[in-house]
Amino acid sequence: MSYYFTILSPTDVPLFNIAFGTSKSGGDGIARFRFPDTAQYMNQFIIHSSLDVVEEAQWMNGNMYLKHIDTYPPASAYISAFLTPSGARFLLLHQPPQLPSNSAGAGGSMSGSLLLGSGGSSSRASASSVAANPTSPQTEEAVRQFMTEVYENYVKTVMSPFYRQGMEIKSSVFRGRVTAAGRKWL
Amino acid sequence: MTQPARHAAMLSISNSGPNTMAGEKQQSTQHMHTQSQPSQGLRVPSNRKTIYDRHLNRSRSAELSRASFAFLFAEMVTYAQRRVTGIQDLERRLNEQGYPLGLRLLDLLYYRTMSSSTSSSLSSSSTSASPPNRPLRILPLLHLIHGPLWRLLFNRPADALEHSVSPETPNEYMITDNDPLVNTYISVPKEMSMLNCAAFVAGIIEGVCDGCGFEAKVTAHNQPTEMWPGRTIFLLRFGESVMEREKVLERAGVK
Repeated sequence: MSYYFTILSPTDVPLFNIAFGTSKSGGDGIARFRFPDTAQYMNQFIIHSSLDVVEEAQWMNGNMYLKHIDTYPPASAYISAFLTPSGARFLLLHQPPQLPSNSAGAGGSMSGSLLLGSGGSSSRASASSVAANPTSPQTEEAVRQFMTEVYENYVKTVMSPFYRQGMEIKSSVFRGRVTAAGRKWL
Repeated sequence: MTQPARHAAMLSISNSGPNTMAGEKQQSTQHMHTQSQPSQGLRVPSNRKTIYDRHLNRSRSAELSRASFAFLFAEMVTYAQRRVTGIQDLERRLNEQGYPLGLRLLDLLYYRTMSSSTSSSLSSSSTSASPPNRPLRILPLLHLIHGPLWRLLFNRPADALEHSVSPETPNEYMITDNDPLVNTYISVPKEMSMLNCAAFVAGIIEGVCDGCGFEAKVTAHNQPTEMWPGRTIFLLRFGESVMEREKVLERAGVK
């Protein structure tokens, strides 16, 4: 499973983003997106396109964790959202590893990505159902735990007198904490 | 170069704790010793504890000296009073000082309610279940301000919560505080009798409303009674978009 996590301000300004891979079931924590050439900007496109859904769900459901809210089938990307009370959005894009069986249909032009995507890690991860199934209750719970931990660190950032709302979060300690949360839960 | 791990743990934001002064002093002396190392312009407290290592509930039941608060607040009013054109301008500046505080308190309030589901001191009225819900309608938001927020700030709930009776202004709500803490040591001169320094608290409320997605203008007004000469009314005027959404959500049955 590969992840792309981003924090958006209430006015849709990206405050923080990070890409990482799973550390569960033998993963090494390095993101392996299906289309590595385009992943850098496509992930951002996919995540931002889910904002409309977030804004709709935001007023129907008072929970802070909105669960899995959007899917982008061409990249089999799943998006989970978490809303802070002050309006910041935490969005997590997760992409299950590519299984060898459906790799043929994914597009022949991406042969480079197939080599990366169907490497050793994917076969190991697909053995475990939690990692391979992004909509299972176990995955939802893991994402919730991850979001809650990031929220704690986000509150600490916000409480700093040198931070104003809408500022980019540059702290290397914060980045380290998010990475650690990812390693722990995802 | 000798201690790369040390720099890896550095922080861009300096520490904000009771021992900040002491920490910074030690830090500056330490900097003299370590000047040969490559500096990234980041400082970390000498005990290696960044704000991320501190627990947010640590100062939860801690109390501040009222004297120091009164002094600080008086200085804030004096600061805001410089270069203002009138009372309204002064209140606007106090409001702006409170606004960022409201945004922050909102996140802190939810974090503390979330992490302490067992103790229900903060999670009464609107937020009974854990994890607490974000307010979607006006009323839960007002209860959040009236109860948990007031308790976080002043250790007691506000004194009254009212809705405007006039049919022309259904978007107006009032929160009453009989004796606002911020005004306790403020004596307003006669020629400025309209001034209410609780405009600062109005700014905090405005920040909370805005943070929750309820665009609002909040102002503080004097409404003395015989028993409570310092009684203050916070008038919340919600924007058009909020009222429209309120109607839609009411139809949809969202509470």
